[in-house]
Amino acid sequence: MVQLPHFLTVSALLFAAGVFAVVTRRNAVALLMGVELMLNAANLNFAAFSRFSHNSLDGQIFAMLSIVTAAAEVAVALAIVLNIYRNIETIDADQAGDLRG
Amino acid sequence: METTITTYALILALPLVAFVVQVFFGKRLPRGGDWLVIGAICIDLLLSLRVFFGALFFSSFAGTPFVWNLRGWLGDAGTGVLALSTGILVDNVTAMMLVVVTSCSTLIFLFSTGYMAGHRRYSLFFAYLSLFAFSMLLLVLGNNLIALFMGWELVGLSSYLLIGFLFEEPVVAPDIVPASACKKAFITNRIGDTGFLLGILTLFSFTGKIAYGDVFEAVRNGAFGDHTTLLTVAGILLFCGAMAKSAQFPLHVWLPDAMAGPTPVSALIHAATMVAAGVYMVARLYPLFTPDALTFIAYVGAFTALFGATIALVMNDIKRVLAYSTISQLGYMVFGLGVGAYSAGLFHLMTHAFFKALLFLAAGSVIHAMHRAYHYAGLEWNPRSRENDAQDMRNMDGLRKAMPVTFATTAVAVLAISGVPFTSGFLSKDMILGGAFAFGFVENPQHFLIPVFGFAAAVLTAFYMARLLIMTFLGTNRMAERGQEALRESPWNMTVPLVLLAVLCGWFWYNPDPTTIFAKGWVSSFLTPPASAVPQTLVAAPADAHHAAHVAAMLVSLSCAGAGFFAAWMLGRRGAISLEHWRLSGSRVYYLLANKYYVDELYNRTVVAGMVQVSRILGWFDKVLVDGVVNATGRFQTGLSELSGFVDRYGVDGLVNALAGFVRDTGNEVRQIQTGRIQNYVVYATVGLIVLIVVTGM
Amino acid sequence: MSNILSWLTFLPLVGMAAILVIPTRLRKSTGLIRYVALGTTLGCFALAAWLFFAFDRSSSAMQFVENADWIPYFSIRYTLGVDGLSILMVLLTQIIGLVGVIASWNITKAVKGYFALYLLLQTGMTGVFCALDFVLFYVFWEVMLLPMYFLIGIWGGPRKEYAAIKFFLYTLLGSVLMLLAILALYLNMQAPSFSITAMADPANFRADGWLVRNMPTWFFGLTPKELVWLAFFVGFAIKIPAFPFHTWLPDAHVEAPTAISVILAGILLKMGTYGILRVNFPILPAETVHFATFIAVIAVINIVYGALCAMAQKDLKSLVAYSSISHMGYVMLGMVSWRNEAGLNGAVLQMFNHGTITAMLFLLVGVVYDRAHHRRIDGFGGLWAKAPVFSSLFVVASMAALGLPGLSGFISELLVFMGAFASHRVFAVIASSGIVLGAAYLLWTIQRVFMGPLNQAYAEKDAMPEISPREIASVVPLMAIVIVLGVYPAPALNLIGPTLGSLLQTMQSAAGAAILP
Repeated sequence: MVQLPHFLTVSALLFAAGVFAVVTRRNAVALLMGVELMLNAANLNFAAFSRFSHNSLDGQIFAMLSIVTAAAEVAVALAIVLNIYRNIETIDADQAGDLRG
Repeated sequence: METTITTYALILALPLVAFVVQVFFGKRLPRGGDWLVIGAICIDLLLSLRVFFGALFFSSFAGTPFVWNLRGWLGDAGTGVLALSTGILVDNVTAMMLVVVTSCSTLIFLFSTGYMAGHRRYSLFFAYLSLFAFSMLLLVLGNNLIALFMGWELVGLSSYLLIGFLFEEPVVAPDIVPASACKKAFITNRIGDTGFLLGILTLFSFTGKIAYGDVFEAVRNGAFGDHTTLLTVAGILLFCGAMAKSAQFPLHVWLPDAMAGPTPVSALIHAATMVAAGVYMVARLYPLFTPDALTFIAYVGAFTALFGATIALVMNDIKRVLAYSTISQLGYMVFGLGVGAYSAGLFHLMTHAFFKALLFLAAGSVIHAMHRAYHYAGLEWNPRSRENDAQDMRNMDGLRKAMPVTFATTAVAVLAISGVPFTSGFLSKDMILGGAFAFGFVENPQHFLIPVFGFAAAVLTAFYMARLLIMTFLGTNRMAERGQEALRESPWNMTVPLVLLAVLCGWFWYNPDPTTIFAKGWVSSFLTPPASAVPQTLVAAPADAHHAAHVAAMLVSLSCAGAGFFAAWMLGRRGAISLEHWRLSGSRVYYLLANKYYVDELYNRTVVAGMVQVSRILGWFDKVLVDGVVNATGRFQTGLSELSGFVDRYGVDGLVNALAGFVRDTGNEVRQIQTGRIQNYVVYATVGLIVLIVVTGM
Repeated sequence: MSNILSWLTFLPLVGMAAILVIPTRLRKSTGLIRYVALGTTLGCFALAAWLFFAFDRSSSAMQFVENADWIPYFSIRYTLGVDGLSILMVLLTQIIGLVGVIASWNITKAVKGYFALYLLLQTGMTGVFCALDFVLFYVFWEVMLLPMYFLIGIWGGPRKEYAAIKFFLYTLLGSVLMLLAILALYLNMQAPSFSITAMADPANFRADGWLVRNMPTWFFGLTPKELVWLAFFVGFAIKIPAFPFHTWLPDAHVEAPTAISVILAGILLKMGTYGILRVNFPILPAETVHFATFIAVIAVINIVYGALCAMAQKDLKSLVAYSSISHMGYVMLGMVSWRNEAGLNGAVLQMFNHGTITAMLFLLVGVVYDRAHHRRIDGFGGLWAKAPVFSSLFVVASMAALGLPGLSGFISELLVFMGAFASHRVFAVIASSGIVLGAAYLLWTIQRVFMGPLNQAYAEKDAMPEISPREIASVVPLMAIVIVLGVYPAPALNLIGPTLGSLLQTMQSAAGAAILP
């Protein structure tokens, strides 16, 4: 029987993979993918906690909201990445240091 | 015959006015203004003669001297020191001094018109002479110690100026430099004057008075109380002034050098008048001297009389002989006063003034002629060498024929100074020696040396004066042919004073009796010793004792003069007695005398060198030590400020800087974390999260 | 003329303002500046002459007193006045000031600044002698110090900076001590006041003040009053200058321009002795009595030591400077001689006479320096033949300095000795050697400079020109005073007599039994 800890474990693994991607990759697109992984780990948690705690659909609704927001975020982020690429011919995040203090 | 202050004011003012006019306008006046000075002194002479004859024939000062006071001289304040006044006092002594000073001055001023003719500072010379006459008259006329001291110093000034009159000459005689001779005279006199001043101060501090009469009165009334020793000291201190001014041993050294002045100056100041001021001072303050002080004075005078005479024996410079003779004769006057022969001392002052002035003027006349002859012969006058020295008697000889007037008058003076009867010198010297005889042989046998010195000096005097006459005028002249042609008698304005002075050397002016046995002459009654103010005074010897002593003394002194003349005659007959042989024999005594007992050398090596050395050391001390301390303090201060600057910069300020640096460095280190890389931040966040989890978990 | 003293004090300041507004671009500005300075000092001189005649000679009190509030909060008042002690000094200041302007005629460097400072200096000097309030006194004391510093430091000789700073620091040290002493007195007054005259009355001091009460003598066994006395004394002794505080003097003199040397010797030195007589004597008489022997010892050292040092000098100016030290010794010796009035009168007269005589000597040394551009005594010789008028003036000045009768120096020295011999016999006897030494160094100098064969360096026709009329004009007024007072000293002695008489009484009553034999 699949219980809550199994969901949480998968979610933690997903989150760890996301963090790993964000920390290690320099490619801006890969970074975004890492962020998506972490978000989805969170979504999974929402759904899982909702299912096993008090049988309402609150968690799922929050997950839906989060997925939509993430979509919008990705759209904006990709536009920024595209513009960065136009300006400095690369999407290596380390190279985009113009705003560095 | 009453006199008024106008007379004395005129006597004082005329030479002073002449001096002032001469200084400012002398050069522009016709004849350099000599007539002005001579005119002033002539009027002075006439006024003085009036005063003198008034005193002599009408006894105008009998008992009550003429006194006039200028009140409020120091100030109007009623009491004490500021109430001191100055003024004029005239009595018989003053009257005599007035005549001596003005008559010598008149004749010598006249002589100077010939002697100084053509000198570039002719008018200035007369200005100085006039200044001298004024100062001397002030000295004589003053009625108080301060006025006496003022005149005293002022004659010193005129003496200084006149000795240094030929200041640009490197030397005027073998070893006389005018520029240093005048300084020497002034400073030596200053030493004596300091003593004199201290004497005055001693008297003033005990009596609170300065006028002669007041001081005598106060002393007589016991102002000194039991301090009679101090009165003796005061007397000796006062006499210090006389020792310098009247060239008594050991302060005589300036007088021979003073011969650097032109000869009329030597005659007037350094023979006839100024040097006698010391004698005048002792006579004027006579009531103040205690018996001890007088004995001291007598010894100094007697020793000086002999001392000067011995040196005069071997001198070859004609003026030097006369200078030492003056020292010796002044010694006579001084010991005359010292042994109580008051009138004799003053009498000798007067007679000496005339015959010594005459001797100097005659010497001047000779030197003048010699100069002219050398000049005419084309010989270079060189005072450094013995050859061609116009003042060296060895170059003279036989001037008798060329200069008969000078010769005759000199002969008279030589007789007078040697004390030959029928001359003035006989009368005065005899009185002194008589007094000394009575004092030393009759009354105070323990002081026998005083008359012995006196008589010994008399022998020597006769000898060296005769030697001077012989070497100068007798024999044959050894000057070159051409020079001899030029040797001739001096002009009238030089010979007239000689003749007049020679006339004044006659006995008849002073006493109708040339032997003084039968008549005493006017002098002893005119110049009576004043009553002493000292408590225990000299006991005057009874008159007959003096009379007896007098006759004995006269006989001894006559034989002395005879012995001296005989010796000189032997000298004249060359070979019998020869100073030259004495010199060549290398006699120590001769060289001792020729070097004047090495007194100058002694002073130069001790006093003078010592003073200069001390001043150098102190100058160094001041510059290096005293100022060094100041500079060291300054350097210490700057050092201290540098140190504190160091501490401030590296200590106090360093701490502040260190704090700032720490903050800055920490910031530098910490900001390394802020990479701007999102990944790093995520790592930090993750690690933080883990740490948080672990910590909370634990 | 009720404000005569203010006029006298501040007229130079007006002159200074006038000089400062003269534009230097003006074609004849130099001449104009000089004449303004001359006019100002002439005006002061005229006022001084009026003062001389208007002064009441029978009174010992302060005269021409001006008294006004200045800083009421501290009871500081503007008080001026003269009495017999200061009148001679005020007159001397105006005379020397006038003479100094004439002697400064040949200054060409920064004429405007020079004369402006010069006049400021004169204000300060006159003020010091007139001020009767300690604060005013102190202000004038400092006002005089500053221009002096610049006058030496800018217009001086090769080592001018050294000399100026030495002078300045030395005097400043003195002023500081003086200020402390002034405050000590002020703090012990019953009613707060800085008045010098009020302080002379012991009743005005608080009976319970630490100054009057017997305090523990923790400092070398000296009471507080004695410390105050010493502070004043050192402040003034530096100015005199008394041994061993004298070494600023030769340096300052040697480097200062002629006119400034004249003022320095003529007036500034007098401030020291004036201060002692004005402050130490009346305010702290008992302490003065206590230290009288000490002053006498310093006086004798000054006289003998100064004379011997003078003899060793090679530079004419430093010779005259050391002779000043020697002569100021007579002033000190005279002022502690209280047996009779001769000492004090002699001391004050000597202050005046030394001012005129030494001023003359410095002027004449300046004359020879202008011609030869050096002052080495051995570098001359035989100048009398070349410049007889100059030489005669120098000889007369030297004679005055060595105390020849008939010239004023003699009278004052004689009075000093008359006083000193009665009060300090041994010291007087030692000091009398100064008479001989004085003659020795001056005559030796005359011999080396003026007598003997002419130095070949000056043999050429225009090598040593005769003294000029302007230079004669600067010397002759002083010489006239010296001769007049030498022959007839009463005019000066009458001025000072009454005041010194009452001062003498103060001292005699303070000395009490100690003074009687």
